[in-house]
Amino acid sequence: MTDTEVPMVQADQVSKSFGSNQVLKSISLTVRRGEVMVLLGPSGSGKSTFLRCINHLESVDAGRLRVEGTLVGYKEKGDKLHELHPKEAAAQRREIGMVFQRFNLFPHMTAIENIIEAPMRVNKVGKATAIARAKELLTRVGLGDKGDAYPAHLSGGQQQRVAIARALAMDPKLMLFDEPTSALDPELVGEVLDVMKKLAESGMTMIVVTHEIGFAREVADSLVFMDGGVVVESGDPREVLANPQHERTKAFLSKVL
Amino acid sequence: MTSSGPDRSAPGSTPSPHGADAAPVVKAVRLRHPWRNLIAVIILIIAVAFIWDAAGRTAYHWDIFGKYVFDKRISEAAFNTLQLTVYSMVIAAILALVLAVMRLSSNPVFKSISWFYLWIFRGTPVYVQLTFWGLLSVIYPTLSIGLPFMHPWLEFPTGSTLTFFELAIIGLALNESAYLAEIVRAGILSVDRGQEEAATALGMTWTQSMLRIVIPQSMRVIIPPTGNEVISMLKTTSLVTAVPYSLDLFARSRDIATSLFAPVPLLLVASAWYLAITSVLMVGQYYLEKRFARGIGAARPTKGAGGTTAAPTTTAQFEVVSEAYNTDEKEHQ
Ligand SMILES: Nc1ncnc2c1ncn2[C@@H]1O[C@H](COP(=O)(O)OP(=O)(O)OP(=O)(O)O)[C@@H](O)[C@H]1O
Ligand SMILES: [Mg+2]
Repeated sequence: MTDTEVPMVQADQVSKSFGSNQVLKSISLTVRRGEVMVLLGPSGSGKSTFLRCINHLESVDAGRLRVEGTLVGYKEKGDKLHELHPKEAAAQRREIGMVFQRFNLFPHMTAIENIIEAPMRVNKVGKATAIARAKELLTRVGLGDKGDAYPAHLSGGQQQRVAIARALAMDPKLMLFDEPTSALDPELVGEVLDVMKKLAESGMTMIVVTHEIGFAREVADSLVFMDGGVVVESGDPREVLANPQHERTKAFLSKVL
Repeated sequence: MTSSGPDRSAPGSTPSPHGADAAPVVKAVRLRHPWRNLIAVIILIIAVAFIWDAAGRTAYHWDIFGKYVFDKRISEAAFNTLQLTVYSMVIAAILALVLAVMRLSSNPVFKSISWFYLWIFRGTPVYVQLTFWGLLSVIYPTLSIGLPFMHPWLEFPTGSTLTFFELAIIGLALNESAYLAEIVRAGILSVDRGQEEAATALGMTWTQSMLRIVIPQSMRVIIPPTGNEVISMLKTTSLVTAVPYSLDLFARSRDIATSLFAPVPLLLVASAWYLAITSVLMVGQYYLEKRFARGIGAARPTKGAGGTTAAPTTTAQFEVVSEAYNTDEKEHQ
């Protein structure tokens, strides 16, 4: 099976600057199909920027970033990279789901409308099919009865679960989570992590930026610790958490553990 | 008028029977406003006196007012004014959307064009602009379509192609679009950037995320000042005499007044019509605002969701019920 040998995500010396501020400094890492990777690091270390590069919400300055072997946001012609047309970039993003810290649900639409919007507009799925699928997804995240609720009438945890269902409705092959529980009251964190855990068990490839060490230890297959735009340390989460090799990792873990 | 009886105490609390034998709560005496009441009474007296006086005052010529308020010439002129308002607002809104998007784009050429347009059309009086549009056929006797410095493909004489009515609409629309563009821009900027980002991450194109996600949300911010602009436009149409277009409400009333030597009653006639149209427009604005407040207006997660949120469900249920009832009926027939 050569297919399984193509990694889901492969970053090869990826760099990114905002003006003179170099946020990502030659990041190299690999995420296998079905792998759950937790990205850990202090504020400003470039975790969000890296996630956003993966679905080309930000463009990479240097290095190569591939999803299933395909360059993200660029076409390779000879030894030059050509930026994709916005339409082609949009087509690439369809297959990558993203969940945000502040949910970013569409407030003028009900939960169902939020979920069916992209399948109907982007993938041209029929309305009845889209609604049936949306209801199935809502049930899967434990919100079968909340389809007609507007986001403002849902708790933070419920909103984030709708946001996860919305991303799943596009049948992504990769899910990116940017601190999905950081904006939640502590008692609501568990319900979102449970959904993510079930998703991981179903075989979804996931990259998760989080400070939930318990989730990293229990669910993740790999852990990457970033600081100052570089990968400081990576490996099996249980090993890294129990026995960090780097001073910076130790210092960070002593604060969050 | 103001009853401060027990039934009006404590708004917001659950309505309990008067003098209920529940645990004795603090007896709240509502704050009284004696000055407020006094001023209200004085104003009421002045208003009544003014109306009483006006009804009997001969200068108002209520008989002429009554004769002309529903005159065919006046109601036709009112319809022309309404048309001027609606057409120029619709064109202005479309132009404004384009201008606002151009202003917000990262393309420096678009940005400058939009900025320059706003500078010209906001920087000169609308009366002057309308006069210019009226002189269009003097400045440009022919309108031609083709490439610069080459023989035109099509050529029209300006004067017979564009009527004063159309020139008035163009003049009003171009001027208004500059103001509306700023309102639209503020509306778009008021939408959280995360919204466009979420739409983009779902694979939606920029146009899709604009039309489906950003602009519907910006409507909440855009509609109130735009309602203001519509009402303001209704009254600005009285300046089209500069074009010169003379069949609008104000010009028509003035012409009739001149022939009758009675300016006052026809000013009242025009005012009554302007007020009536404004009132209708305000009702329209109310419903538009309600429409675009969906999901945002009732942000309080109330149990049993009273008021606005409950209403749609009840209507939906009602529709289902009445539909079932109708099919029943058909079966019986
Ligand atoms: N659009 C932008 N323009 C300019 N600078 C930016 C932009 N986005 C991020 N940055 C900068 O890049 C750096 C890394 O930001 P990033 O959001 O990736 O960090 P992070 O690891 O996700 O931090 P946090 O835990 O606070 O979310 C920060 O210094 C930030 O100020
Ligand atoms: Mg971040």
